[in-house]
Amino acid sequence: MMETKTLEQLLAESDFFRDLDPAYRQMLAGCGRNVVFKPGEYMFQEGEPAHEFHLIRKGKVALQIKVPGRGPVTLQTVQDGDVVGWAWLVPPHKRQYDARALELTRAVAFDGLCIRSKCEQDPKLGYEFFKRFALVMAARLSAMRLQLLDLYANP
Amino acid sequence: MQIRSGSSQNIAMPAPADPMLAQPWCVCRIVRETDDTFTLELKPQNRSGQMNFKPGQFNMLYVFGVGEIPISISGDPTQPRILLHTTREVGAVTRAMRQLKPGDVIGVRGPFGTAWPVDESEGADILIVAGGIGLAPLRPALYRILSRRDLYGRVVLLYGARTPADMLYRRELEGWRARFDLEVYATVDRAMSGWRGNVGVVTTLIPRAPFDPSSAVAFVCGPEVMMRFTVDELLKRGVQPHAIYLSLERNMKCGIGLCGHCQLGPLFVCKDGPVLRYDKLADWLQKWEA
Amino acid sequence: MSAAGSNLTTSTVVIERADFPCLLDALKTSRYKVIGPKLANGAVVYDELASAAELPAGWTEEQRPGLYRLNRRPDEALFGYTVGPDSWKKFFHPATAVLWQATKNAIGFNVSAPAIQTQRLALLGVRACDLHAISILDSVFAQGTFSDPIWTTLRKNTFVIAVNCVEPGNTCFCTSMKTGPRASFGFDLALTEVVEPDRHYFVVVAGTNRGTALLDKVPHRAARQDENDCAEALLANAVNKMSRKLDTAGLKELLYRNHEHPRWDSVAARCLSCANCTMVCPTCFCTTVDDTSDLSGRQAARVRRWDSCFTLGFSFIHGGSVRASVRARYRQWLTHKFATWLEQFGAFGCVGCGRCITWCPVGIDVTEEIEAIQQTDGIKPRKEVK
Repeated sequence: MMETKTLEQLLAESDFFRDLDPAYRQMLAGCGRNVVFKPGEYMFQEGEPAHEFHLIRKGKVALQIKVPGRGPVTLQTVQDGDVVGWAWLVPPHKRQYDARALELTRAVAFDGLCIRSKCEQDPKLGYEFFKRFALVMAARLSAMRLQLLDLYANP
Repeated sequence: MQIRSGSSQNIAMPAPADPMLAQPWCVCRIVRETDDTFTLELKPQNRSGQMNFKPGQFNMLYVFGVGEIPISISGDPTQPRILLHTTREVGAVTRAMRQLKPGDVIGVRGPFGTAWPVDESEGADILIVAGGIGLAPLRPALYRILSRRDLYGRVVLLYGARTPADMLYRRELEGWRARFDLEVYATVDRAMSGWRGNVGVVTTLIPRAPFDPSSAVAFVCGPEVMMRFTVDELLKRGVQPHAIYLSLERNMKCGIGLCGHCQLGPLFVCKDGPVLRYDKLADWLQKWEA
Repeated sequence: MSAAGSNLTTSTVVIERADFPCLLDALKTSRYKVIGPKLANGAVVYDELASAAELPAGWTEEQRPGLYRLNRRPDEALFGYTVGPDSWKKFFHPATAVLWQATKNAIGFNVSAPAIQTQRLALLGVRACDLHAISILDSVFAQGTFSDPIWTTLRKNTFVIAVNCVEPGNTCFCTSMKTGPRASFGFDLALTEVVEPDRHYFVVVAGTNRGTALLDKVPHRAARQDENDCAEALLANAVNKMSRKLDTAGLKELLYRNHEHPRWDSVAARCLSCANCTMVCPTCFCTTVDDTSDLSGRQAARVRRWDSCFTLGFSFIHGGSVRASVRARYRQWLTHKFATWLEQFGAFGCVGCGRCITWCPVGIDVTEEIEAIQQTDGIKPRKEVK
């Protein structure tokens, strides 16, 4: 299908899927679809069931939590090339925060159930996938820790 | 294009006969940058006075009867008759400085220390990574680079601040962003409502910054933890250790390498630094309580 | 600058004990203020000598880690001890010094530096280790990018009479640091004192023309071979009697790679961070400045005074001290003396005088600490670092 081929090329260019076996890439592309979010539109919200993850092609997304009295607080922003969402991997598969587009954002949304079942069938695919996801989460965690240190605060 | 990796650091300009003697400079004005940060604008007491400094150097500033502290020069090196220092209010001396009025006199000793290698980096892409008040000692380098812009490749500024309200030189930042020959990316650790820019530590801006790691020189300044992690990201992207420069800070009493306070391992931050090449700093930055 | 070779190319002379006071007289006639060893407060200190009679004749020291005692000698040797708590640095790098004074005026304030009083000092009784220490401080204060005008001014015109040690102190380790016991440079005259049952004399060698000129004013004669041999034997004996040793091979790299060695915890448990070691050390040079003003606020001054890296505030920057723990501060001092000093000034900062060992109230011995690390090079800490 036209859409799948374009997606395959897309994945081949992305950091996340770049060195993956082309056959696997093709398989994963089959679980993806192009989506667009307008500025201010929610990609997903806290509490929703999580069965998708997104690869941002172009745009900027704020990861937010709504705090009573403070409104939505942005914890982090992600952009081109970043992966958003990990709750689909981990039970109880509920979104832990809001993801809201700050500008026009084009992304690829991957069907989490589809990917999980493919990984179950082919553990090697599963390993390659989780390897990459672990890197993403590690980097995200590392950056979060630095943020937490509040290094620029007045001592 | 060659990055002159073996070149020596810029040596301090020769100071007056007795480098421990303060020269009087007049306060022009004090500009409030953020809640706790201000810029001191000084002019020489007599008409012919000026201070030729190199970007990255610092002065020892003395408030009469209160004390003396090292502060990086944050102004334009092509304007030696206006001396700018941006500092945070963190102790007795900076508090006293904050209370000064135009016309008050401050004692100045300097300029001391090594400089950002702006000359040696001609031909390279320049990546400037600033964290918090670290933008202040980097601003003179940016001015100098912009004054001879065509001698450099891509010039990128990455700036991380605590919150949007804590950003320094906001108007200037916006002016820099508007230029076509300069890329500016800013991020904050903590957003305020209405902020639609990046949120996250400044290191997250490095993987995607538009520069060529194999021919780039990086100037980094900010809290030491931030600099350590920034170096990690730069190395990951393929910037060479000898092409990364950091500006360090230590307790200083003399500023001229004689009182011993500013040592980090074998380095005297006041005369071997404050701008130090990363490969020369080697392990000392990793050694806890060194 | 080897301590081992004898001065075969320079002829030696002999000054009899009875004529020794003439040496001081000659110095005074040449308008030198003579500084030398004297007894005060239960120790041998360096102070102005009115005459040779003020030298601690017949005294010696007993020195051990954390212990210093004066004892009587069975003979009347003038220099029968080694080094006390004083070092010569206090004469050129004073413990306190006014750097400048400032007065408020109509347009701000004006700053004036007091003139540094030049002096003509003759240092009598400088040990080989201390000669090295003075030279080391010359490289710190006079040969860097910036020099210290107080040091360079006070150092001018200094006449140096060195004394070779013939009996090492218990805490001495100059042979390991290659700084003694023989004085090999930096002196105008060098003496070796020979005390025999029926004779008491000094074998003297001149190191400069100035030294030779001074000798002309003192009764002396060419030394005989047997007198030279005596002096040499005493020096060789001193080398053999050196009981404290330190292996300096690869010491810098050893300390660099053992930055987290558990020995630092052990010494930190004993160290009081009292700063005694830095005060008595002949090469420690750190200072701080006090900015003061009077009550009216019209007069201000900056006073420089000795400081020590052992104080908590030494490395203070906004938010706290870089070296907050005693462990880090002890490590800083030892690593500076035996490792980073090499990179900064091209030589070790330690001259093996043993003062820090003697004057440490808890008797920490740098040679022992280093040896402990040498013997367990590369060991990882078993516990979490506090």
